[in-house]
Amino acid sequence: MALLEIENLTVDFETAMGRLRAVDGVSLTVDEGEILGIVGESGSGKSVSMLAAMGLLPWTATVTADRLAFAGRDLLTMSARDRRQIVGRDIAMIFQEPMTSLNPCFTVGFQLTEALKAHTGLKRAERRDRAVELLQLVGIPKPEGRLSSFPHQLSGGMNQRVMIAMAISCNPKLLIADEPTTALDVTIQAQILELLVRLQRETGMAMVLITHDMGVVAETAERVNVQYAGQKVEEQTVEGLFADPHHPYTAALLAALPERAHARHLPSIPGVVPGLIDRPRGCLFSPRCRFATAHCRDVAPVEAAAAMGRALCHYPLKNGEPQGHPGPVPAGEATA
Amino acid sequence: MTGNGDVVLRADGLTRDYEVSRGAFHKPAFLKAVAGASFTLSRGRTLAVVGESGCGKSTLARMVTMIEPPSSGRLEIAGLDVASADAGARRTLRTKVQIVFQNPYGSLNPRQRIGAALEEPLLVNTRLPGRERRERAQAMMEQVGLRPEHYDRYPHMFSGGQRQRIAIARALMLDPEILVLDEPVSALDVSIQAQVLNILVDLQETLGLAYMFISHDLSVVRHIADELMVMYLGRPVEQGPREEIFSEPRHPYTQALLSATPVAEPGHSRQRIVLRGELPSPIDPPPGCAFHPRCPLAFDRCRVERPELEPARGVHAACHAVEEALAAGRPIPKATGAAAEAD
Repeated sequence: MALLEIENLTVDFETAMGRLRAVDGVSLTVDEGEILGIVGESGSGKSVSMLAAMGLLPWTATVTADRLAFAGRDLLTMSARDRRQIVGRDIAMIFQEPMTSLNPCFTVGFQLTEALKAHTGLKRAERRDRAVELLQLVGIPKPEGRLSSFPHQLSGGMNQRVMIAMAISCNPKLLIADEPTTALDVTIQAQILELLVRLQRETGMAMVLITHDMGVVAETAERVNVQYAGQKVEEQTVEGLFADPHHPYTAALLAALPERAHARHLPSIPGVVPGLIDRPRGCLFSPRCRFATAHCRDVAPVEAAAAMGRALCHYPLKNGEPQGHPGPVPAGEATA
Repeated sequence: MTGNGDVVLRADGLTRDYEVSRGAFHKPAFLKAVAGASFTLSRGRTLAVVGESGCGKSTLARMVTMIEPPSSGRLEIAGLDVASADAGARRTLRTKVQIVFQNPYGSLNPRQRIGAALEEPLLVNTRLPGRERRERAQAMMEQVGLRPEHYDRYPHMFSGGQRQRIAIARALMLDPEILVLDEPVSALDVSIQAQVLNILVDLQETLGLAYMFISHDLSVVRHIADELMVMYLGRPVEQGPREEIFSEPRHPYTQALLSATPVAEPGHSRQRIVLRGELPSPIDPPPGCAFHPRCPLAFDRCRVERPELEPARGVHAACHAVEEALAAGRPIPKATGAAAEAD
């Protein structure tokens, strides 16, 4: 059974300029013990959809979904009190900026034991022992001494380790890692990714890895969802996604990576992600898509079959060729 | 007119120290942000400076752009020694080196229209009349892919990629020969990053600019650089042509850096060298080779004697293990296997 089930999730924000749709009809499932990667550029709604699942969005957000369930329990109809029992214990989250997501006024030890105090019946001394054990688990040297350190006394990598220790303190069933390594240096990033994958294997928890870095996804995730402008545009296994992307956006994104380029000129995607005002009527990617037709600009596409990666496209790609496209297909890669 | 490949900037043993106060009862400490960097920039070529935060790459950029004077060493721009040049000569030299910063949201004045921002360098440095300044600004906007109607807009009306184009255009207003790019695409999304990289490639081709490209993203560096300089704790540890370094990194730190960069190819098999520990403090660097506490190849000599940059088969590397292996005719040692425990 799926651990986390999300069906047709939509999140709207009330802003001064009007209603902003941050997440638009996203469905996804996370199974026990798997690593799901969610990739997308800034503004694709990847963080917001997970925050909505955890119930951490501010009051300006309107969350609607056909189904939002964790381990079979409906999160939508659940009382806030019951939800708090789950969030922080069974679902934990790591955020992007370790420096700003830890409270600078409290010691590492205090912040680590806080979750234990709320969710477990451990006594004070037991909580302390558990905190030391957790710091050891995430590879912090001399953990006893570190308990009384403040976040500013630790480096970014160390703080991220503390965040991870805090997240796994109650043995969560699902860990959501929101860009866990974006703010870190490459060699530290390698350490943190290795740590996350090791913990995931040892504890058997499920993990959702939110990132914009295709390299991180390729090396860590098993299954990948690609999001664009609030919509899920493709869903595939990691091998399938990189070998044969079915949505033109995924294909263009992969082609734009410098390491996959062969020429001096990178095949870039023209234009920018649509904002609040210039949201297209049909397919959201149509203004930037090199395969787009009048039909694409007019009618919103529906999900393709599972074999086609559930691509949200009228003419999903197969080996780089759009299927059912009326033609003529422009040759070559579009460049800005 | 100079041809492609001509040297436009020569740096020799540049260092930069900062005095760091350690409280009333301690002597101030010296932080060696850059401790001896030598390199040249050539017309139409790109030198990439690679390293993690705190390795001194941004300090290097500030010295090259004459924002800060070097503590010691010699900096020569267009054949002129910067330290001995008089104020007038230095002013002309400043126009030859321009910089583009990492964060396009922070480097543009939110209250200044784009046109005014582009014309400001001309207003300060030249005596061109207003009409001509406007023409030049509009020509430059076209060159970086901005539309004429953007002239009267404010920075908040632009996306990150467009703002970085504006920053590049502004840096080019005085027809510089050298452009220092300090992490120019790190703040941008992949699809936008490709657009900006393409513009940089085009501009270099048409204007024959020399780039000093500072980045921590090795896949971007591999795409754009001709030469590479890898820095660790203020010192270059490996220097040489891009393909040489990427195909066979000599220094164990370069090897680790390359292996730590995630590759967008699932199932890509290789042995990842995960370095233990973190960057030591530059105030109190480890004795000998600064990299030895994290280096899997470190031996006794590394703990006492600092290695110098020595030729290592087509590149320069500062490593005792590499040097001894080459002297004995052995292959370059691989930094795989268990890394040394730090802390």
